[in-house]
Amino acid sequence: MNVVNNPRLLYLIGGVLLLLGVAEVIVRILKRRPESGIDTAILETFRLRVRGWEILFSVLAAAFLLGQTVTLILFLLISFWALREFITLTPTRPGDHRTLFWVFFLFPPLHYFFIWLEWYGTFFILIPVYAFLFVPASIALAGDYKRFLERTAKIQVGLLICVYCLSCAPALLTLKLPPLSETAPSTASAEPERGLRIPVRATAAEIGGPAAAGERRRPPEETPDTGGKVTLLFFFLLIVQLSDALQYAWSQIPSRHVIAPTINPTKTWEGLLGGTASVALVGALLWWATPFHGAHWWMSAVMSAVIAVMGFAGSLTMSAIKRDRGVKDFGTLVEGHGGLLDRIDSICFAAPVFFHCTRWWLVLHGYMPPFG
Amino acid sequence: MDTNLTRNFLALLARLVSGASVRWIDSQPDTCQRVYFANHTSHLDAIVIWSSLPHDVRLITRPVAAKDYWSKGPIRRYLANKLFHAILIDREEIKVHQSPVDLMIREIGHTYSLIVFPEGGRSDGRDVGEFKSGLFYLCKKRPDLELIPVYLDNMNRILPRGEVLPVPMLSCLTFGPPLWLEAGEPKADFLARAREAVRRLKEVSSE
Repeated sequence: MNVVNNPRLLYLIGGVLLLLGVAEVIVRILKRRPESGIDTAILETFRLRVRGWEILFSVLAAAFLLGQTVTLILFLLISFWALREFITLTPTRPGDHRTLFWVFFLFPPLHYFFIWLEWYGTFFILIPVYAFLFVPASIALAGDYKRFLERTAKIQVGLLICVYCLSCAPALLTLKLPPLSETAPSTASAEPERGLRIPVRATAAEIGGPAAAGERRRPPEETPDTGGKVTLLFFFLLIVQLSDALQYAWSQIPSRHVIAPTINPTKTWEGLLGGTASVALVGALLWWATPFHGAHWWMSAVMSAVIAVMGFAGSLTMSAIKRDRGVKDFGTLVEGHGGLLDRIDSICFAAPVFFHCTRWWLVLHGYMPPFG
Repeated sequence: MDTNLTRNFLALLARLVSGASVRWIDSQPDTCQRVYFANHTSHLDAIVIWSSLPHDVRLITRPVAAKDYWSKGPIRRYLANKLFHAILIDREEIKVHQSPVDLMIREIGHTYSLIVFPEGGRSDGRDVGEFKSGLFYLCKKRPDLELIPVYLDNMNRILPRGEVLPVPMLSCLTFGPPLWLEAGEPKADFLARAREAVRRLKEVSSE
């Protein structure tokens, strides 16, 4: 995959490197000065967070540069480990053993394989239809009917969150983006022209409806925007991480209105609203990195806000599961970060919604057929 | 094939399949002569304990296993004899002058450590079963051996009784503080104390 044909990815990676560098410097300075008056526990959390982001960033950057297949394999491994953490914490009965074997070794690889083939229709329903029917049937076959629906639901939710939802992030790489010539922010003179094109495209989509949207609008000789897909995935992961951090930062302000004190006492309305608003702002500033910038600059702000809200929903849901199981974290993979699932909970919920919103946008603007 | 390389590969594989996180509570890995005794719920137990020891300790640690299971078929025999240097105990024919305890003492000499499962067989993983008396007679003859309790959590879900295919869930291994047979300690007291040491690790590991 040629990522260098798209300078936006390089700008984005450069920007993140700069941010991480600044964070690293801040951590080192604060560590040298214990008299700075900052709570050492908060400082330690911040230090571990920065370390985690550095690890995440290096792994992702390496996978992106090595191409789509490597990225998909990386996400398959993440799914696999997350599912491990999820099922480990969820009580199952001996009768579920063989079902679990297939849930681990058949469905995740098959699902990612269909993403690799870019068979949208198949990977879209493999888990929510076929796996979800396989699980109860296979448990019934084992002959253990105790708490049947409960056990079925647990395994299904594990597959849904850890494999299906998470895989929607690398599935962004299968989208057909607007061709490079339409979107590349190469020259300043492109600006007014792009502005003019907006109403035309909007009317065409409105008048033509789904029939016109299904047609291929772009001439075949245009360069496909391969680097743009990687940029889109990177943009998505960046916004999720920023939204986590900003929601945490906003929830530190006094006069806290906790949303669900029984589930997670650190999530406040101030954090959610402030975090979402600031993430939308960041998204608007990064409009040039998304495929939406050719048409509506505010689309990327709206998408970022959606990511922030879904990320919030994800970590609240996973908190509820952890509360029910009476644990603080899903595992002990990285020091100070709990399990892998604790770090990707917001990605899991934001990815499918972001994937489908982006896909709808592309279909509406005629870049992709609605099916297949 | 290079045996040492195969061993390291196998140890790595066992760590990956069992996803074991290892904790040492009030004790440290050491190359002194020890007896690791653990609860037993899965065929993988011995290899998981063996693989979670540091490399130099692993080299001098030998699992004690049932001969009827581990001498069946060439693969099991290869694993037990060549890779783990297991001490195989004949469960069917226990002779007076060839008792398992004598065999163990002869085999370990003054170098090797042992991995034993004093419950005698695999349990369903809910509670630690009563200990068989072998551990007591072993310590009676070699009171210098350090006894390290080990609690294996979740192994019964990874490979339960009667299953062939493992499900790669995560497990947890807890090594506890060493204990010794006290001078003149009655058998029942000692076995109860040893069992309690393993059960205490269960409580600690679920905290």
